[in-house]
Amino acid sequence: MKESTIMKIHYGTALASVGLVAVHILMRLTTGFADSLSYENVLANYRSVPYVIMLELILILLAVHGFNGLRVILLELKQGRVYEKAVSYGSMVGMIVLIGYGSRTIIMTNMGMT
Amino acid sequence: MAQVSSIADEQASTPLSSPKSILLRISKFNPKLDESSKFMEFTVSYQKWTTVLEAILDVKKHFDHSVAVRYSCRQATCGSCGMMINGKPKLACFTKISELDSDVVTVEPMNNFPVIRDLTVGFEKLFEKHQKIQPYLIRDDSELESDEREFLQSPQEVEQYIQFANCIKCGLCNSACPTMATDSSFVGPQALAQAYRYVADSRDKGKDTRLNIIDESHGIWRCHFAGSCSQVCPKGVDPAMGIQFLRGYLLGFRS
Amino acid sequence: MTEDEHREGIKGMANPGRYGIERIAYLLMRLTGLGLLGYFIAHVYETSNILRGRMGWDDFLAMTQTTEGHIFLVLVIGMCVFHTGNGIRIMLGHGGVGVGAPARPDYPYQPASQNYRHKIGIYSSIVLAAVAMMYGMAVMFGE
Repeated sequence: MKESTIMKIHYGTALASVGLVAVHILMRLTTGFADSLSYENVLANYRSVPYVIMLELILILLAVHGFNGLRVILLELKQGRVYEKAVSYGSMVGMIVLIGYGSRTIIMTNMGMT
Repeated sequence: MAQVSSIADEQASTPLSSPKSILLRISKFNPKLDESSKFMEFTVSYQKWTTVLEAILDVKKHFDHSVAVRYSCRQATCGSCGMMINGKPKLACFTKISELDSDVVTVEPMNNFPVIRDLTVGFEKLFEKHQKIQPYLIRDDSELESDEREFLQSPQEVEQYIQFANCIKCGLCNSACPTMATDSSFVGPQALAQAYRYVADSRDKGKDTRLNIIDESHGIWRCHFAGSCSQVCPKGVDPAMGIQFLRGYLLGFRS
Repeated sequence: MTEDEHREGIKGMANPGRYGIERIAYLLMRLTGLGLLGYFIAHVYETSNILRGRMGWDDFLAMTQTTEGHIFLVLVIGMCVFHTGNGIRIMLGHGGVGVGAPARPDYPYQPASQNYRHKIGIYSSIVLAAVAMMYGMAVMFGE
C-alpha cells in the first residue's frame, strides 16, 4: 500500500473516532460517572445494538490509528530492511489481535454469553 | 578638502567600542584518530560586528591553525559554514557574537551529518537526496526548441516558488529536523522543500514523478510539521510551508 | 545507525527546549499518542472483565475506582483532548491550511508557516486539555 493511502486512512480514522469517542464518553456522564459503570448499566449498553456497533467502530478505528501511529514512531527510530518489515507486520498483527480481542468481548456480551 | 577633513575629524572623535571577549569553545574531533570529541577553549576578543566565523578564523590564525572549518563567501550565500552555535544550527558567517548574548560561545559540527573533522561535515547524503527529487525542470520540450524563446511566467507564477529557490543547501534545516535526528533514510526538509520548488514552478511538468518519489515510507509523511527547519533557515526558505503544500497535492487539497 | 552519521538520536528528537512551542507540541503529540495507545489496550482488556460476570466486573472496577485510578483517568482525559486538538491543527497544516502563502522573504526572515494561528492552536489544545482534566476531576472526585 502506498504511504499516502496509509496516511489518508490514519487521518480518516482519527477524524471519525473523535466524534464516536465523544459520544462514548458522554454516555458515561448521562447517569453519573460511577452509576454508568455499574454492572447493569454496562450490560445494558452492550445489549443495545446501535451502541455495540459504535463500540465496534471505535475499536477498529482506534486500533488502526493507534498501531499505525506506533508504526510511524518505530520506523523513524531505527532503520533497516528486516527491522522495518518486522515493525510493519508487527503493527498489523497487534492491530488484528486487539480488534479480535475487543470484538470477542463485544459480541459475547451482546449475545448474553456472560 | 574641508569636507574630507571634517569626516576625518568625525571618525577620529567617534569612540570605538572597547573590545569585549568571550570564551570560544571549539569541538575538536578527527574520526580517523579520536575516540570522541573534545572541546578546545580560547578567549577571543570581539566587536559588535564580529561574526562567529571571524572568531573561529581568529583562533585559526593566532592560536590553533589545525581547526578544520569550511567557509567561502562569508555572506550567507555559499552555505558552507553551517554549524551548531550554542546548541542551534546556524551559519557562522551570519551569526554575530554580540547577538548571541552569552559570554561562552560553543561551536560544534552540525548534527545529523557525518563529521569529516572538527566543524566540517560531509554533505554527500544531502546532495544525494537533493538529486533524488530531480531538482530541475522536467518537460518534453526545451527553451531552445520552442521558437527559441524562453518559457514565459507571470509575476504571480514566479511568486509561487521563488522563496524556495533561495535555498543555499547549507543543511541547517536537516540538522534541526527532529525526524532526521533518528531517521537516516528520511529524505529531509531540504530535498522536500526543493521538490515543492519545482512542483510549484509553472514551467515544470514533473509533478507526478516527484510526488511518486516522495510518497514512500521515509518520504514526505515522516515530516510532522514541527517547523524547526523553517526556524533555522538563514535564507527565509520556510521548508515547513513547502512541505505542507506538497503534502496538500498528495492529500487532494491542491491540484 | 552508524557512529559517523553524527545523528542526535532520541535525545535530539525529544529535546524540545531549542525550537519553541511547535517542537514541544511535536513531542507532546508523540507522548500522548503512545500513552493513549497504552490506555486503549488496557481499556480493551479491562472491559473484557464483563465476560466474567458481575463478580469479575465489580472486582476489576474496584481496582480502578481508587484515587490513583482516578488520577490516571484524569491524565488520560488530558492526553486525549490535547492529542485531538493538536491532531486537528496538524491535519489542517498538513493540508496546507494556515501555513501562510509563498512570498519573497524579507530579513530577518520570520517563517510564515510558524505563525500565530498554529501557535494559538497549540496553546488552545493545552488549555482545553487542562480544562477537561479539571472537569474530569470534578466529575470523578465530586461523587
